[in-house]
Amino acid sequence: MSAQNAKLPRWVDYGLIPLLNLTAALLVSGLVVLLIGENPLEAVYWLVQGSLGYSEGVGFTLYYTTNFIFTGLAVAVAAHAGMFNIGGEGQAYVGGLGVTLACLALDHYVPWYVTFPFALLGAVLFGAAWAAIPAYLQAKRGSHIVITTIMFNFISYSLMAYLLVEVFKQPGSMQPESRTFLEGGRLPFIHDVAGWFGIKMASSPLNLSFVVALLACVFVWALIWRTRLGYAIRTFGTNPDAAVYAGMNLSRIIIITMMISGGLAGLMALNEVMGAQNRLLLDYVTGYGFVGIAVALMGRSHPVGIIMASILFGMLYQGGAELAFEMPKITRDMIISIQGLVILFAGAMEHMFRPALVRIFTSRSDDLGQEA
Amino acid sequence: MDFLQTLILTTDSAVRLSVPLLFACLAGLYSERSGVVDIGLEGKMLGGAFAAGCVAAITGSAWLGLLAAILVSIGLALVHGYASITQRGNQIVSGVAINFVASGLTALLGQAWFGRGGKTPQLPNTARFTEITLPFAEPMRNVPVIGRIYSDIISGHSLLVYAAFIAIPLTWWILYRTRFGLRLRAVGENPGAVDTAGISVAWMRYRAVIIAGILCGFAGAYLSIAQSAGFSKDMTAGKGFIALAALVFAKWKPLNALGACFLFGFLDAVAIRMQGTALPVVGEVPVQAMQALPYILTVILLAGFIGKSIPPKADGVPYTKER
Amino acid sequence: MRGGWNRREGLINGDFILHLDEQATARGGDGSGANGSGTGQSADVPAIRLVGIEKRFGPVFANRNIDLTVAKGSIHGIIGENGAGKSTLMSILYGFYQADSGDIYVNGKRQKIPDSQKAIAIGIGMVHQHFMLVENFSVLENVVLGVEGGALLGKGMDKARSELKRLAEEYDLRIDPEAIVEELPVGLQQRVEILKALYRGADILILDEPTGVLTPAEADHLFRILGQLRDQGKTILLITHKLREIMAITDRVSVMRRGEMVGSVHTAETSVEQLAEMMVGRHVLLNVEKTESKPGDEILSVEHLTVIDKRGVKRVKDVSFSVHAGEIVGIAGVSGNGQSELMEAVAGMITASNGTVRINGEAVDVTSKADALERRHRGMAHVPEDRHRTGLVTKFPARENMILGYQDQKKYGQGTFLDLGAILKETEEFMVDFDVRPPDPNLKAANFSGGNQQKLVLAREMERNPDILIVGQPTRGVDIGAIEFIHKRLIEMRDAGKAILLVSVELDEIRSLSDRILVMFDGTIVGERPAGASEQELGLMMAGIADTSGVADKAATPSADTVGAE
Repeated sequence: MSAQNAKLPRWVDYGLIPLLNLTAALLVSGLVVLLIGENPLEAVYWLVQGSLGYSEGVGFTLYYTTNFIFTGLAVAVAAHAGMFNIGGEGQAYVGGLGVTLACLALDHYVPWYVTFPFALLGAVLFGAAWAAIPAYLQAKRGSHIVITTIMFNFISYSLMAYLLVEVFKQPGSMQPESRTFLEGGRLPFIHDVAGWFGIKMASSPLNLSFVVALLACVFVWALIWRTRLGYAIRTFGTNPDAAVYAGMNLSRIIIITMMISGGLAGLMALNEVMGAQNRLLLDYVTGYGFVGIAVALMGRSHPVGIIMASILFGMLYQGGAELAFEMPKITRDMIISIQGLVILFAGAMEHMFRPALVRIFTSRSDDLGQEA
Repeated sequence: MDFLQTLILTTDSAVRLSVPLLFACLAGLYSERSGVVDIGLEGKMLGGAFAAGCVAAITGSAWLGLLAAILVSIGLALVHGYASITQRGNQIVSGVAINFVASGLTALLGQAWFGRGGKTPQLPNTARFTEITLPFAEPMRNVPVIGRIYSDIISGHSLLVYAAFIAIPLTWWILYRTRFGLRLRAVGENPGAVDTAGISVAWMRYRAVIIAGILCGFAGAYLSIAQSAGFSKDMTAGKGFIALAALVFAKWKPLNALGACFLFGFLDAVAIRMQGTALPVVGEVPVQAMQALPYILTVILLAGFIGKSIPPKADGVPYTKER
Repeated sequence: MRGGWNRREGLINGDFILHLDEQATARGGDGSGANGSGTGQSADVPAIRLVGIEKRFGPVFANRNIDLTVAKGSIHGIIGENGAGKSTLMSILYGFYQADSGDIYVNGKRQKIPDSQKAIAIGIGMVHQHFMLVENFSVLENVVLGVEGGALLGKGMDKARSELKRLAEEYDLRIDPEAIVEELPVGLQQRVEILKALYRGADILILDEPTGVLTPAEADHLFRILGQLRDQGKTILLITHKLREIMAITDRVSVMRRGEMVGSVHTAETSVEQLAEMMVGRHVLLNVEKTESKPGDEILSVEHLTVIDKRGVKRVKDVSFSVHAGEIVGIAGVSGNGQSELMEAVAGMITASNGTVRINGEAVDVTSKADALERRHRGMAHVPEDRHRTGLVTKFPARENMILGYQDQKKYGQGTFLDLGAILKETEEFMVDFDVRPPDPNLKAANFSGGNQQKLVLAREMERNPDILIVGQPTRGVDIGAIEFIHKRLIEMRDAGKAILLVSVELDEIRSLSDRILVMFDGTIVGERPAGASEQELGLMMAGIADTSGVADKAATPSADTVGAE
């Protein structure tokens, strides 16, 4: 019985280990800060101050959090089916196409709340469709989903660049971007919503997509642990042979799961395109899809964990911007490095501290033997 | 411009463009043939390119730059190896992490040390690998066809280009004619067989991962101190992933890798050259379509529509002794 | 290996082990038998002597205070049930694991064996149960792997080629060195493993369950090879759980149970019954009490079923049979002769390329799609051969395993959502009825012992009251108490008028449960025999010999001397 399978108390598995992994990542990041001759503690101060220290900062933090929740959920849903969807980047990008088409078509005629369901549907459908092709190829042709989704990320960059330059670009403009949506194509900001109820909040790009993200968490929780489909997804993800034995349709599970995953990734575009930017831009996804991997890993593919991990990454993003302003030597690239380190320690080396912890905790409770 | 001239120029540029792909693709080949999936090729190349740019700028020596590139790339490879082999972690996740760390750190340190928006200082030719003219290139130029091919395509590249093209047959020879190659192929197919033969699976895989590091160092150095005159932020621009696609396309075989990398390099060269020119029948092909073509071709290959690409059996599977 | 509950049972049996130890000692099997070689040649120093070997995996002892002495130039059997610790012990000897404590002496010299390299260096070779071959390599490449004889392959390969030729002639181990391993039949793949060991100069050869994948004829050939190797002075350790093999080939036998060495005896001085008793710790009930069957309507009918696997190999060839209500039809055969594929095709896990399957007289689509759910809707239930691989999701709690395959039933919730309360309640009932311990529906399946895991699967399938139950290897890796329980439940189900198709590689199980016995060999059913068919007759059929007339009357002796007909 290897240490990886040994039983640990739940709070160690879901609390202490992620915390230790995170600490390790942050310690190494601290060394990097030292390397460029700055004070890591000061950096931490600005990071926290910038992300949580004032109301506008909190707004920005939650705005970034929204993106991470969507991409994190996308990775998590696929992971429950034992698949690695590394294509969240492309699915989120293409999802923006759906949002944009809905907004461009409707913003002249109707208020935002009429456009909104169409934009939401557009985001989901386009994201899902972009994930459906690799899923189909995996299900029917046996091509490995990791490789195909990576390829589809790059194909999406080319596709979207083409569309932005050749189709959406406004005559006379040099910017490869769509026209800015009118009121009917803009999601209300949370500070506006608060204003309707007489609450004053600092303005930030935080918008109604955040609520959609939280609802998506509830949706994923119910899907995975309360529905027949979720049961099938988990069965397939943990033991595909048992899924065949149970008479589940594997191709169907692969394709549906990936489409849900892609749809969730696509929803990220709601936040960026309809919520914050109000137009379709080049490369607005910038790594959110990849960070979703880290979010899902840290959150152990559970919606509650994903929310917490997303807030953490939201803080890094927002605090990192503030940090770069206060300590110019620490550019925002620092945040990319920290993300990498978190992915490394919380993901690839997640069991590093396990053997030691197993030793600590099993010496006390040695009574539960396990099946080999 | 006549057709032959265009073809020669495009081919020449394809040779240059395929070099980083070749190094990275072979790097992936060693790693994956040993059973360690490597999507961190991009990050290792980037780290190598940055190190080469820095050291060449400071010391003025291209050779020291290359050495630095190799060392940094090996360092990243060892991190990947530790996570994948010793910790038995998820190799894809580890690769993603390497890419992030390399992308962030090179830009951060570049800015902190040189303050030029992530660029390293412009290198003089003495600190670069410059073009070499092969013997008789000039007199040969007048010989029809063959002469042009020799003087315009084969001659006139930097040392690293020749190194890349030598690395292909060398890799073939190592893989199929040496003890190390036999064990490498075995450990990627059935590590249990290697273990019971009394060979350390971990040490085999570490060596493969280190070789991948060395080759990515070459690829990175080529980018920053041979092809260009300095490092710039995110200068690999997805080449590590094209190399990965080429590896799949080459079915994890060294001689095929030459074909795949050259094909993808050629597509890139054509895309650059053809920008804005209309082709007969199809008209003007959008540059983005050309850029996406390597990925589309790989997807089609993976789907088994043109042959079948099957990875080494133990690729991506951490080795644990069975009970 | 076993859960907490079973370990308690192990303690209860503790005094029994002691008792048997005394018995073994009384017979002169004191474990130091330097002169115990069956070949009678005198070898003063034993080839292997193990003293006090212990090995723990986590809190579980795989090996506990093991002493073992193996004489030079002998074939020494090590027998024990699945999970008795035989393979672990041999892996320690081969340097694959390190013992936590204890000493190893090889040819009288104390050795530390930290890795396989060392084991090879001191002349120990091993043929693993799951072959350790690189499948897309040639025979030659596999043989030289690890002993290439230099950094470059060229020379070493040439040397190996001629050395292989020599070995082939000396030991009758002929094989084409350039053949690709994955294209060879299993018997030949095993030959490659033996050649690997010999090429490395092994004097001591360990074979771990070597006949599990072989037909009796192939097994017999293997035994002849082993006999020759012994005559040339090699020492052979044969690990098996098959009593017949021990009796047929070994000079001495050591019995293991629950990680402990129960005793060692001369093969010539023991009997199958005695060994069986030592293995399981008490008298084995080889015969289950049951009444004459009263077959009713035909429930399952299979006609001309043919299954071709992914690699294009015909696994099941034009098989036809039927199962009636109130009878158990057993399918005997050496594993790998198409039983698994037959069962999976009938149960809807894989598609057949040809044939008809009828359940209750109605035809099912077996060729265009594999749909296990549809089979269940028609009254079929299926206990798969391998509970870990297919029958359970071991990471799921018992309650989630209890609906596996029945997840679409209305009683577990209307529409999209599952009714967790209903599932929990039913799981509790099933667990009580099948005496699953501990009866905790929230415990992960992985944390139950093997026997209780099997009971979980059986409860799930049998409680549905199916018309036809397909059951594969119902007692594999299950402790003796659970075996009795399971056999009893199967007979009860038959007596309740249900049809049962039983597939097992344990001939004893087939013989004691079945009302009719079908024997499979190489994808075909070679014949049908009534419940009383002799072991020997069935053994011949398992080797592919359909005509057993004239053999059936002979006394049932170990198969080795009769199966020679190839």
